[in-house]
Amino acid sequence: MEQILNFIQFLAKKKKYWLIPIFVFIALFGGIIILSKGSVLAPFIYSVF
Amino acid sequence: MTYVLGVSAFYHDSAAALILNGEIISAAQEERFTRKKHDSSFPINAIKFLLKDNKIELSSIDYIVFYEKPFLKFERLLETYLAFAPSGFKSFKMAIPIWLREKLFQKKFILDKLKENFSDINKKTDIYFSEHHLSHAASAFYPSPFQEAIILTADGVGEWTTTSIALGKNNSIEILDEINFPHSLGLLYSAFTYYTGFEVNGGEYKLMGLAPYGNPIYKDIILKHLIEVREDGSFKLNMKYFNYATGLTMTNNNFDELFGNKPRKKDSKIEKFHMDIASSIQSVTEDIILKIVRSLKKKYKIDNLCLAGGVALNCVANGKIIKEKIFKDVWIQPAAGDAGGSIGAALAFWHLELKKDRKAKDNQDSMKGSYLGTKYSNDEANKELDRIGAVYEKYNYEEMIDIVAKEISKGKSAGWFQGKMEFGPRALGARSIIADPRDENMQKNLNLKIKFRESFRPFAPAILKEKVQEWFDFKLTSPYMLVVANILDEKKIKFSDKSYEGLEKLKEKRSVIPAVTHVDYSARIQTVDKNTNYKFYDLIKKFEHITNCPILVNTSFNVRDEPIVNTVEDAFKCFMSTDLDLLVIENSILKKEEQFK
Repeated sequence: MEQILNFIQFLAKKKKYWLIPIFVFIALFGGIIILSKGSVLAPFIYSVF
Repeated sequence: MTYVLGVSAFYHDSAAALILNGEIISAAQEERFTRKKHDSSFPINAIKFLLKDNKIELSSIDYIVFYEKPFLKFERLLETYLAFAPSGFKSFKMAIPIWLREKLFQKKFILDKLKENFSDINKKTDIYFSEHHLSHAASAFYPSPFQEAIILTADGVGEWTTTSIALGKNNSIEILDEINFPHSLGLLYSAFTYYTGFEVNGGEYKLMGLAPYGNPIYKDIILKHLIEVREDGSFKLNMKYFNYATGLTMTNNNFDELFGNKPRKKDSKIEKFHMDIASSIQSVTEDIILKIVRSLKKKYKIDNLCLAGGVALNCVANGKIIKEKIFKDVWIQPAAGDAGGSIGAALAFWHLELKKDRKAKDNQDSMKGSYLGTKYSNDEANKELDRIGAVYEKYNYEEMIDIVAKEISKGKSAGWFQGKMEFGPRALGARSIIADPRDENMQKNLNLKIKFRESFRPFAPAILKEKVQEWFDFKLTSPYMLVVANILDEKKIKFSDKSYEGLEKLKEKRSVIPAVTHVDYSARIQTVDKNTNYKFYDLIKKFEHITNCPILVNTSFNVRDEPIVNTVEDAFKCFMSTDLDLLVIENSILKKEEQFK
């Protein structure tokens, strides 16, 4: 939770306010998303994420 | 006594580096321990090695610095997905769980990993974060022999930045300019690596090695459709042709249509088309880098240039920068990829956060030849050889050098395992396979019977530093094998009338050292200095005494798709699974035929 708040503060500090509701939405539904399996690397792509 | 631990991880080539009072004392890549090439996992084994090697505990570490900023990276991801929405949902679905599970909580993740492995972790231990390209810039400037330099970093992508220009002066680094994602020279090159059927982030060397077999006939198409290059070398990619921003491949159908072919499948035949594509993108890359470098010299009028980032491993482009004499001197970080970010993060913290002074040594960098990894004494190595049941003979140092030089001159190939392991992607005579460069079948034999890799790939010459001008069109030093130069005309062999095309070019003997002369007469040189690797120097010197040739073939001690060997056991396994004739570990020599008795 602390890191999530830290990230929101980070966005606010950078004045990227429009990203805050998007991030909150993602974080709220994070449980569902986390349940879906994410693999560390896609097979044919440079590791951009 | 202040120890700073630098860590790079979670994307590719995880590594850890330790500096003591600003001096680089040890560094290692995680892949060498886990035996997983380009391993991206947290480098716990590398950290354990650093502590053991320096006889300290984790509690002795004063600062731990991670090489990039995860929040900035996540911000880039969110903005990119927004900008490209609704396309990119598949990639989004893969990336977000990883971030919400681990990557956003990197500080906690790193601390937890350390707590799991070390009982003595300080309660006060905190993790500091550098920035990706600042880490690269610091890895290029602080260990360099320059008090002042322009620093160019270029890679796939860090947080936002893909290319950065900085000014390094004394102990400071000032970022002057940046190019941001998705416009990336590294990703452009990786896109072509993918398209020609090689593995992204690893196969780029192969693409570079393939380029001289082709002709740059697609260069105009690339410059017209894929990338807009300005006079100062800054560039913008046309994302209509690329899929990497939010997709799961590097290129898309538009790209395929532009060149009239689908991406080559791995292990399918390499056609002339792929060679021409390789030649074209290599030429475009060189042009862009040269434009950037020329404009930097013109704008800032500083004598020295430092390079880092994955693009700085393009030794053909590096060779052209040097040949054009744009800067008086150039220094390239040997671990120019992300592994080197661990060194850069630690040094950036030391000089920029702790504001410690820096005095560059004239004509000498502080990378210690990049020999920063694991080592064995003669006794330790022999004990290991006994444990694994190897048959070997012990010699004194002079005898060992004598025997190995003689055997190599008779056409034998050897695994050469000596002293501290190299940090970075190149084997520099500590974990190397060595052979006679005069043997015209050696390139083919080494590629197919020992390295088990593509026949077209060239090998590098390791040459005595003082002899380089007698053999190559090159007047500086290249201790880290990061520069390509041409062999001198007098060492070339005149072609027969028959002209070869594509991979057939390999059949032509081009010089008196054919095993290390690429089809365009170029070679990726390593100049060997007695001060940084006396054993390798003595061996080449002895070989020269026997053959009049001060050069050995030097290639990394591994087989295809495996990391370079780390331990005595790794070396023995590699020796036994290939056609290598000899294995030389410190002063002990193993002969292949003796192992089967």
